[in-house]
Amino acid sequence: MKKLKVLIVDDSSVMRTIVERALRSAGLELSEVLEATNGAEGLIAAEKGGLDLILSDINMPVMDGLEFLRNLRTIAAAKGVPVVMISTEGSEAHVVEALSLGARGYLRKPFTPEQLKERVMALLGVLQ
Amino acid sequence: MSVMTKSARPVTVQFDENWTNILERAAGEVFEMMAGTHLPPYPAPPEEPKSELTAMVGLAGALCGMMTIRCSHKTSVKLASLMLGEGAASGPSTARDAIGELCNMVAGNFKAKISTHCMLSVPTVISGESYSLNTAEPTQNATIVLSFEGDPLWITLVVHS
Repeated sequence: MKKLKVLIVDDSSVMRTIVERALRSAGLELSEVLEATNGAEGLIAAEKGGLDLILSDINMPVMDGLEFLRNLRTIAAAKGVPVVMISTEGSEAHVVEALSLGARGYLRKPFTPEQLKERVMALLGVLQ
Repeated sequence: MSVMTKSARPVTVQFDENWTNILERAAGEVFEMMAGTHLPPYPAPPEEPKSELTAMVGLAGALCGMMTIRCSHKTSVKLASLMLGEGAASGPSTARDAIGELCNMVAGNFKAKISTHCMLSVPTVISGESYSLNTAEPTQNATIVLSFEGDPLWITLVVHS
């Protein structure tokens, strides 16, 4: 598997670090990890292109994760990049909305590194 | 003209005495999954919380109120270290971020366990002890006190009744 360029969007630096560590512990080789603290920053990072995977929180200041997904669809450079939402919001309504907006996976916090690994590997396996 | 339909009626979840047990389970899962630690009940907790940090997450909708976690700076730093690894949790801002995120996850996990629809705010963390928290509405509380390395950690759900 090629080295991945990943974007992690979360207002918590602790969660961004935990997600990156979980990806590395899953055995994924990361060429670059970009971080954004809200959806608006995430869009700016996505516009630069070259991403292989995006992981995003939902409840964030400035622009939440669902609005981020909605806007991401309009960015040509992000077309086809799989997005996994990671959130404390685990209601069916949130999951359905996220998936309808283009998310390819959904993981509810709290999660174990193994659960994140399962989600991401299943997603990347499908994409190979 | 306004039309009220059955589905349009506001749904408010009433406070349940069993929520203390549910809160304990919700918190236990968060600390075990995210920090790899089990926090038993604190033996004979003092009636008034004495804490240096308060993390708060607001709840709005069918369940309206606030979730708080109160603990010492020392506890927050150690929990951050467990979440991130020794050395990664270097500064006080990381410790505050960690306790805020733990509060966020306890609130979300509790909400999932009682299967109610409400929105969560982003976490806020207050440093210091000299403050009081007041609400305009009458409230009911569910509080648990857990022990982390001998120090108490208070988790309180305040619900507008």
